[in-house]
Amino acid sequence: MTAPLDDVVRHAGEWLRGEGPLHEIVISTRVRLARNVRDFPFLSRADADARREVAETVTTAVRRAPTLRDLVHIDVEHLDELDRLLLVERHLISRQHAEGTGPRCVAFRPDEAAAIMVNEEDHVRIQVMRSGLQVEAAWEQINAIDDAIEEHLDYEFHAQYGYLTACPTNVGTGIRVSVMLHLPALRLTNELEKVGQAARDMKLAVRGLYGEGTEALGDFFQISNQVTLGRSEPEIIDDFSRVVIPKIVEYERAARDVLLKNRPAALDDKVWRAMGLLKSARLISSTEAMQYLSHVRMGLHVGRLSTIDLQTLNELFLQVQPAHLQKLHGERLTGEQRSLERAAFIRARLSTN
Amino acid sequence: MGLCERCKKAKATFHLTNIERSGAKVERHLCDRCAAEEGLLQTPKATIDLNEILENFVASSKAGASELSQLVCEHCGISYVEFRNQGLLGCAHDYDVFKEPLGRLLERTHDGATEHTGKVPKSLGTTSRKPHADLRRLKRQLEEAVAAEDYERAAQLRDRIRELEQP
Repeated sequence: MTAPLDDVVRHAGEWLRGEGPLHEIVISTRVRLARNVRDFPFLSRADADARREVAETVTTAVRRAPTLRDLVHIDVEHLDELDRLLLVERHLISRQHAEGTGPRCVAFRPDEAAAIMVNEEDHVRIQVMRSGLQVEAAWEQINAIDDAIEEHLDYEFHAQYGYLTACPTNVGTGIRVSVMLHLPALRLTNELEKVGQAARDMKLAVRGLYGEGTEALGDFFQISNQVTLGRSEPEIIDDFSRVVIPKIVEYERAARDVLLKNRPAALDDKVWRAMGLLKSARLISSTEAMQYLSHVRMGLHVGRLSTIDLQTLNELFLQVQPAHLQKLHGERLTGEQRSLERAAFIRARLSTN
Repeated sequence: MGLCERCKKAKATFHLTNIERSGAKVERHLCDRCAAEEGLLQTPKATIDLNEILENFVASSKAGASELSQLVCEHCGISYVEFRNQGLLGCAHDYDVFKEPLGRLLERTHDGATEHTGKVPKSLGTTSRKPHADLRRLKRQLEEAVAAEDYERAAQLRDRIRELEQP
């Protein structure tokens, strides 16, 4: 069962390629749909047998769908703890799903652009991830996956409330659009409040790298919708692709221009100091590594540094995470051993680059 | 400093801008006396009885809570109070069993919305979509495809847009 996971650590998923519209600021676009299978209790009232039956029903439906044949199926319930964490770091499952109990699984495309979580908070959570700002394309793909599954099972659907979800905050479309942004210049110029304001104006939430309740590591922020009822999917998507994201991207670009124009030495210092630390450190935590990698990424995009390519950088963001590091190393490591191993790994990657 | 537009004697101290239904702005400038006579001047009650308000609030929420605690879904066994404590519903029937209090909650969390207007499962028949909304969506997708340099997809989208634009 773990065999497919031993290889994934060597590369970043398709969505981390660093391509797509506005990719120098928009890391990725994620769309997820929450669904529940008809005639089963929601998970807070489902015992192990009911959960198993839900998992079987959904897995059978997915396997029957011709367009979903090539998915990799993983039994999360019986997966090793480290492998579960690995899936979380790759955004293939949520922390909640990793730490949950009872029968649960995930099926994802080999390129990791789409995943179907079974028995997380709802019976079915479908997600599609894309590089850069591609909300429309992500919606089109997830809509097709949703249709393909629905050919083989019935979802709970209410005439007034739409798709029914365990938490009423997701009812209706069950959609959550999350756009991950890299905003180092806005943080350096102390203008992040502008981002919060732009998001609040459109009733959107700002979160950290791994979603709800997580911190903004390495200047990465997620913007996501909160309203799921009373607005259609294309309307919700429009808020992102037409209104909020272009505005925030403009703010970040302006902040980068200001730094370049008024304080080029301060900017270079941030970028090169970060590079120096990454190349010299003997012990480094993942939080610290993320912060320096973030500054290097900004330096690369504003043309102050060219000794590293984006692909390597994007892979490093993933590979400095605890589970990736341990998988690459081939054995479990304590916190201090990880810091040592992480620093060595980064130095090796940067010297061969 | 202008004079009151009503009595044209006293100094206008009361300024009001009304936005009419048509969107037109109507400005009014009155003296205190004329404003009071027109019923526009509402002095706030000198003292607000905070205790009275609190008592009423507690009384109403107590009555509400005891009524709500009676609400139990016979299908999954969850009570409304349990739902409020854990934040998760127990089954699809809860949306009807708890309709009244849940409806208010939904309105608050979803910016006043009370009804789904999005996708409908294919098995329930297709919704009557407006073609121009589809066209707008396709054009956006085309822009996105071009920006992503996905020309194959762009060509497909262009063809679909042409089809829809045919009279």
